[in-house]
Amino acid sequence: MATKKNNTVKLQFDSSRNLAPALESKSVAKIADQYDLFINGKFEKPSSKKYFNTINPANEEKLSSVAEANSADVNKAVVAARNAYEKVWKKTSAKERSKYIYRIARMIQERARELAVIETLDGGKPIRESRDFDVPTAANHFFYYAGWADKLEYAFPNRKPQSLGVAGQIIPWNFPLLMAAWKIAPALATGNTVVLKPAETTPLTALKLAEIIQEADLPPGVVNIITGAGATGAALVNHPDINKIAFTGSTDVGKIIQKAIAGTNKKATLELGGKAANIIFDDAPLDQAVEGVINGIFFNQGHVCCAGSRLFVQESVYKIVLQKLKDRMESLIVGNPLDKNTDIGAINSKQQLDVINKYLKIGQQEGAEMFQSSCNIPKKGFYCRPTIFTNVAQSNRIAQEEIFGPVLAIQTFRTEDEAIEKANNTPFGLSAGVWTDKGSKIFNMTSKLRAGVIWANTYNKFDPTSPFGGYKESGFGREGGMHGLEGYLTV
Amino acid sequence: MATTKRLEVLKTYKIYIGGQFPRTESGRTYIACSPKGEQLANVCLSSRKDFRDAVGSARGAFGAWSGRSAFNRGQILYRIAEMLEGRKAQFVDELIKQGSSKAIAENEVNLSIDRLIYYSGWCDKYQQVFSSVNPVASSHFNFSVLEPMGVIAAIAPQENSLIGLVSIMAPVIAGGNTCVILASQNKALCGVTFAEVLNSSDLPGGVVNILTGKVSELLPYFADHMDVNATCFCESDKSMQQSIKEKAALNLKRVVIYEFQKWMNEETQSPYFINDFQEVKTTWHPIENIGGGKAGY
Repeated sequence: MATKKNNTVKLQFDSSRNLAPALESKSVAKIADQYDLFINGKFEKPSSKKYFNTINPANEEKLSSVAEANSADVNKAVVAARNAYEKVWKKTSAKERSKYIYRIARMIQERARELAVIETLDGGKPIRESRDFDVPTAANHFFYYAGWADKLEYAFPNRKPQSLGVAGQIIPWNFPLLMAAWKIAPALATGNTVVLKPAETTPLTALKLAEIIQEADLPPGVVNIITGAGATGAALVNHPDINKIAFTGSTDVGKIIQKAIAGTNKKATLELGGKAANIIFDDAPLDQAVEGVINGIFFNQGHVCCAGSRLFVQESVYKIVLQKLKDRMESLIVGNPLDKNTDIGAINSKQQLDVINKYLKIGQQEGAEMFQSSCNIPKKGFYCRPTIFTNVAQSNRIAQEEIFGPVLAIQTFRTEDEAIEKANNTPFGLSAGVWTDKGSKIFNMTSKLRAGVIWANTYNKFDPTSPFGGYKESGFGREGGMHGLEGYLTV
Repeated sequence: MATTKRLEVLKTYKIYIGGQFPRTESGRTYIACSPKGEQLANVCLSSRKDFRDAVGSARGAFGAWSGRSAFNRGQILYRIAEMLEGRKAQFVDELIKQGSSKAIAENEVNLSIDRLIYYSGWCDKYQQVFSSVNPVASSHFNFSVLEPMGVIAAIAPQENSLIGLVSIMAPVIAGGNTCVILASQNKALCGVTFAEVLNSSDLPGGVVNILTGKVSELLPYFADHMDVNATCFCESDKSMQQSIKEKAALNLKRVVIYEFQKWMNEETQSPYFINDFQEVKTTWHPIENIGGGKAGY
């Protein structure tokens, strides 16, 4: 084959590229000193009498303190949800249900700026992402499912789908508001009531959503939002009056949940970990592919279950791709998440930063070669430079285990079959990416990759109409789209 | 002249793995009896090793079977129905030996044949019913299709030993999966004889593997094998259901439980049974936008 000339010019990133800060104002973000539990339409003090702090991971400053729900609080929330289900929500016509959900969608849009700023303060993600992705997509999710409420029979031909009852929902810290929307919107549209527990490091936007739900005049108890850590989540999973568990988080916890509910009739949707392969063929538009790889692994600091954390490059273009990748990494701005120039914000927590750093050590100990961009990172707060590993073996832990950070493991391949074999050689199966200019090759690859979401010549795209969820140990059930209704219904 | 009564040739009931009829590697058997306690046959008491061999065969057959065209899978299911039709009398005879009345036995075999035809027809249609093109807001073509889960380990219904097995197997393989099925423990004859039907039906070896044996012994392996994608169980025994679900959590197996009492009813067949053993795969591709109007779906 023709040799490809490396036309890449090393980009210059000297002082002229140090952009002036463009900080988003914090003034719109009204954060109370303390938040209680949202149960039965009211904010109530926890019977645990305990509160925990939530901090800004970008500077380690305290933002607020939040109630810790114990099992008595969980019970109270489930009882409220049960009562609301039996006495109100089940009897509310689908059309009216639909209008409540539309109303919530609109109110999220109205308060989008506030929500975006709080999301960035509490979680550390760049304001550009919370403003342009998290918040609008959350609102759109409510919009999409609102319309389904009175059309469910069209989604399941020859069936009369029935709601399940009370859904217990546990969400992660990487997309706090968006995950709340992914959980609550379909549950309400299908006629269920909800007890939702946001992650302990990012509870604020869910509590803001509770305010919105209150303002929207949703009947009390239809949505209850309780805060806490693992013990609160376990109490929710194990509560006997829950009909459905929806969980997004790690595969380890997913397995514990599947086992915990084995003796019950609880239905479950589990959206778990991933170790997605992003595959670049030599006929791919390489600049676009590199951009896709950057977005695939560094979007949201790599705190993405479907992050393209394994890169497979066809041998003939390996050198040029690697060079382009390194150059592009040097142009990424790591820093204050509130700065509109920032590409990579803060790692969500000290704990997660420790996990990432542990894997950086493991990767080097296993013999892989580490490259990090040379950018400066703030002294305070939790940050990690964008990182890639080369000389990675298939058996290396950095190629097998989910790191959940801005760390990419790069391997090479020669043939399509080899790429498929390597990409599928993982217990996970959430997503994958393929980059090639040849249509027939795309369909060969996309049909043979064992994963729930495949991005061809793109990566990390999401839409309320598009079902999301994994094969194998990435969990089961789908969220989003028409297929996302099924998990909340008896069909 | 004295005539000698002809001695009947008895069949050895063996298991079905990878298109072959081996005896269980364990060398063990149990006695299949009629409800009145008459001895009908010696049946293989399959072991964990037999199950593992069967999973290996099913995994090996999965790529090619799931890669067959939907039309071709439909033809093969139709062929299975044809073969069963031709051996109707044998199945009726076995069902009667196992305690059915003649009328019920005939009905069960007829319905089993019809059910195979029913799922044969679904092979190239369920995808159109359950898949979708998703109107995403960005400039992408986005569609969701069903794909088979992989290897399914199923414990067939204990009653309705023929139509129960057929009702589990047909939607599983119609959807491109391969499977290992444990036939009814106390009514094992039809399961083995049905394997002979499969073996003469152009169904590639390994797509369906049929074992006989004890549910209580094999159930843990059906649920905890790490190369099984989903486990199907058809009894209402809650402690067995719990045991399956707990073990399934080892590798996040999908667990499908049916509690139908009567597998001859109409409600026990629908494309939703195919759907129960499918994954949804969503694919994205950008759409170029050059010139005036926005392209899209």
